[in-house]
Amino acid sequence: MQYMLLCCIDEALWAALPDEQRQTVMNDYDKLIQEMVTTGHYRGGGKLLPTHAATTLRKEQGELMVTDGPFAETKEQLGGFHVIECEHLDQALALAKRIPPLAVGGVIEVRPLDPAYQL
Amino acid sequence: MTTPTLDQLYRSEYGKLLAGLIRRSGSFDQAEDALQTAFEAALRQWPGDGLPANPAAWLSRTAQHKLIDQQRHLITQRDKSDALAFHLHQLAQDQDDQDIPQDSLRLMFTCCHPALPQTSQVALTLHTLGGLKTDEIARALLVPLSTLAQRLVRAKSKIRDAGIPFQIPADEQLSARLQPVLTVLYLIFNEGYSASFGTQMVRNDLCQEAIRLASLLVRLLPAEAEARGLLGLMLLHDARRATRIDSQGDLVLLEDQDRNQWDQQQIELGCRHTSRAFQQGRPGAYALQAGIAALHAQAPSSAATDWRRIAALYSLLYQQQPTPIIALNRAVAIAMADGLEQGLALLKHIHLPSYHLLPATRADLLRRLGRPAEAADQYRAALVLVNNQLEQRFLARRLQEMQSAMALSNSPLPDRQACAP
Repeated sequence: MQYMLLCCIDEALWAALPDEQRQTVMNDYDKLIQEMVTTGHYRGGGKLLPTHAATTLRKEQGELMVTDGPFAETKEQLGGFHVIECEHLDQALALAKRIPPLAVGGVIEVRPLDPAYQL
Repeated sequence: MTTPTLDQLYRSEYGKLLAGLIRRSGSFDQAEDALQTAFEAALRQWPGDGLPANPAAWLSRTAQHKLIDQQRHLITQRDKSDALAFHLHQLAQDQDDQDIPQDSLRLMFTCCHPALPQTSQVALTLHTLGGLKTDEIARALLVPLSTLAQRLVRAKSKIRDAGIPFQIPADEQLSARLQPVLTVLYLIFNEGYSASFGTQMVRNDLCQEAIRLASLLVRLLPAEAEARGLLGLMLLHDARRATRIDSQGDLVLLEDQDRNQWDQQQIELGCRHTSRAFQQGRPGAYALQAGIAALHAQAPSSAATDWRRIAALYSLLYQQQPTPIIALNRAVAIAMADGLEQGLALLKHIHLPSYHLLPATRADLLRRLGRPAEAADQYRAALVLVNNQLEQRFLARRLQEMQSAMALSNSPLPDRQACAP
């Protein structure tokens, strides 16, 4: 099965971390992803720029609206995503709980991909 | 030997058979379907053909045939290598066919997976591991049948879609994953134990189911002290069941219960599990509660209870779970051990708005102190908050006693002493 790990964090909180700590988190991140590539779990992913860079499209009464910012105002914002291949949820959870930003206030949603539309 | 009815077989075998079928098929729905078919076939064939020599084996075989039929049907839609793989898989699985308790354990971890909401964990555990039918579970949990059915459907599709595995967690995760299993078993037990309404027979079944499943856990995971603590706790509570309600259906407090009617054999068993749990390391929350229950169960009377040790165990429990309810129980134990006034003073620091047991406890201590007017006020406050009909009747009775005591104390009588605890 493929699972997407949606990694969210309060952007303000992330930005307020000392540079050094942010760097450590990102280094740990690189190591984890390297490991998942080696073990064959990793299918892809990326880190997003903060929501100030986001643009949202929606249609209102048939008219296309282009607005600044993310589609939803939430406490945490999506900051990165990964798709991993696992046998079952427990394996996915075991990898997800090692995602480094978890230690600094991050939240991870683990969601299976529809089997008909996998990477 | 008496021949079991199909209903009894359902009760005793359903969960065990289902666990094996789920392992084989990897699917709750297919397994349930197959087992349902087997029971239906029994209902049709047994009255004419007579009861088979081993009814459970007959049901298992019939369900397995149905399962294989289902899966054959599925693989005809795939290619031949898949079919070959399936048969090899089936062959490998047939070899550990005797693995029924392990299957039940796997199923328990699946049903109580933290990715499922707790209400679903409870419903699913009762539905798949117990021998209760859906309508009995709904009645026991006091939810409409449609609500329960919906919970089960949602839980099963979550298990399927999210890929929740059917396996015993790895050693390093075992303790953490055991927690929700224990919580669910205790919830099931309490649902049956603390019930004031609902069909009593079905509610008693809940206690029996919880104890049966906890015994299975202890047998399969003997090193897990908290599982043993929980089993001890439930056995000890359950041993007093017959004396909790009197012939009029009124609540009887622990101190007024007829101790001769407590199930001594079960108390012994409960105490054995409890001391083993204490020996297995630093006692956890269930072991501590079992220790408290054991001290109560072994005391010849309320007055002769070792309240000091009970207070000490509550203090340890409070360190692990600093909740106001535990603080309340600790205050009661200290009141009994060190003096009612001391207990009363401790109650001042407990913040439990809208919980009837806080004013009810205060009322009880005041009653024992021979202060009926203040006690009456507290009983009134408790009566406003209480939901449970049994407790309501009990509190009303006490309030009446206080009112008579006040009437008496208005007449010139010698000072009444506090009744000893």
